[in-house]
Amino acid sequence: MDEFIRVEHLHKRYDLSEPWLARMIYRRPKRFLDAVDDVSFSIERGKTFALVGESGSGKSTIARMTVGLLTPTRGKVLIDGHDLHDDSLSQAEHRRIRQRLQMVFQSPYASLNPRWRVGSILAEPIRVFRLAQDRDEEQARVHELLDQVGLSASDARRYPHEFSGGQRQRISIARALASKPDFIVCDEPTSALDVSVQAQVLNLLKQLQRDLGLTYLFITHNLAVVRVMAHRIGVLKSGKLVEEQDTEKLIESPQSDYTQMLIRSAPRIHRAAS
Amino acid sequence: MSDSILRVRNLRVVFPHRHGELVAIDDISFDVRKGEILGFVGESGAGKSMTGAAIIGLIDPPGYIDRGEIWLDDERIDQLDSGAMTRIRGDRISMVFQDPLTSLNPLRTIGDQLVETILTHMPIGEDEAKQKAKAGLEEVGIDPSRFDAYPHEFSGGMRQRVVIALALSAEPELIIADEPTTALDVSVQAQVLKLLRRLCQEHGASVILITHDMGVIAETTDRVAVLYAGRLAEIGPTAKVLNEPQHPYSQGLIASTPSVEQGDIDTRLFQISGAMPRLDALPSGCAFNPRCEHRMDRCVAERPDLLQGRVACWLYADG
Repeated sequence: MDEFIRVEHLHKRYDLSEPWLARMIYRRPKRFLDAVDDVSFSIERGKTFALVGESGSGKSTIARMTVGLLTPTRGKVLIDGHDLHDDSLSQAEHRRIRQRLQMVFQSPYASLNPRWRVGSILAEPIRVFRLAQDRDEEQARVHELLDQVGLSASDARRYPHEFSGGQRQRISIARALASKPDFIVCDEPTSALDVSVQAQVLNLLKQLQRDLGLTYLFITHNLAVVRVMAHRIGVLKSGKLVEEQDTEKLIESPQSDYTQMLIRSAPRIHRAAS
Repeated sequence: MSDSILRVRNLRVVFPHRHGELVAIDDISFDVRKGEILGFVGESGAGKSMTGAAIIGLIDPPGYIDRGEIWLDDERIDQLDSGAMTRIRGDRISMVFQDPLTSLNPLRTIGDQLVETILTHMPIGEDEAKQKAKAGLEEVGIDPSRFDAYPHEFSGGMRQRVVIALALSAEPELIIADEPTTALDVSVQAQVLKLLRRLCQEHGASVILITHDMGVIAETTDRVAVLYAGRLAEIGPTAKVLNEPQHPYSQGLIASTPSVEQGDIDTRLFQISGAMPRLDALPSGCAFNPRCEHRMDRCVAERPDLLQGRVACWLYADG
């Protein structure tokens, strides 16, 4: 097995205590919330691992820790063998690892700077990671990215508000691809989109995975989406991984009560009919 | 008079705009029968919520009802003055919105809010209203001992139960539920929908359920109306529309919804190309024609009406 990312005993604890003085006066102990509690999994290169769970289960916290947007309280994230949160790494080494990790966020309405043209949004990662020699090469790359996600080169001159939700999510995907990553975390990438547009974006993500050999961590609450997107699924509940299994096995014969309940509750189009 | 609690005829809602007008709802007609749950499904901007708002007279200005009639039982309600409409809202028609936090007053206890609603709409005393409020809470599965709790002390699903108790408290004939479970987790969604369905049956209230989720439609509604770009694409019994959708848009919408029951990593989801047109750039003829695989000349030239009371599509013109 060619493992790309390994997450070991990941733990994130938030301190919810009242201020010091209030604790002293009312004699209250410190309070903590374990948002992520001892979670381990690994993802094979070129495959998709999905984390499924309800709100507050810690899905997004894990997603953010795996790309380095949050620091774990304990545990490790190993990218191709390198520890992402290792403080002893030099800035340059960190930058090299981070270039390989990107994220696509839930709402394309909030994740694109409304005052930047699409061309600048896509060029920023190219500049930050110095992936182009000159302006011409940068422009060529921007056009190539737009083409890859099904937009046209002329769209580079437009602003985000001129696009529909689905097109904006395509721009977010193009921006994620701009740094030539190996690994993309998709945090509920289609839950803000309409169904017919969701299908377009999911198909695009699958196409890109095949073409570019990308590894995905897919975060969602929607088991139906996961069924067609993921090779393997982990089910999260209150920060703990309750079950991890290959997609088909997990959905056809779930072991834990919680997973069974989730699958039972998923609305079905054809149950009413049969 | 009839077995319909609500009749909407040729409803047209218009927003004035720099270059003329935007037609948000164009010539929609439908009935809601007594005791039934009618689903409205469609994508954002299709006019689902706008139709609900039109029925209860809450269209935001400058929008207005340009044409059409809305009848509640045998009373025409689209031309009532605001006082008369206020009495109908809550009394005979009530609403359940997507976000329970915005429909509850955060500064007052839920018991207080229930009692107020009941007193406003029913000719009873405070003690009796209190009893009724507690019974209402019990009905939606909330312990009456939480009568004095504030909205923030409840979870999202519990809050939506409170809102349902509120909506039912004045014993309305019609409830308009606009994406009532969209903000909830699936397990909670299933409970809330079941509750809504059961209570409406018990109280004999009809429901218009507005959602974008075909699965919710399948599990909750008796009949369904599919909206597209402010027009009715298809309407019919839920099982029929979902199993044998006739309009190419309904077919595409159903085919592009992923299912927990089938498919794997190699499945390519069916996709409808393009996106719904903006209201200021509606194509001529059938609004769906630029995205339609079966487009004919007639679809561009002429707008189809609802044929056989079921589907607005020229494919079925001769059947």
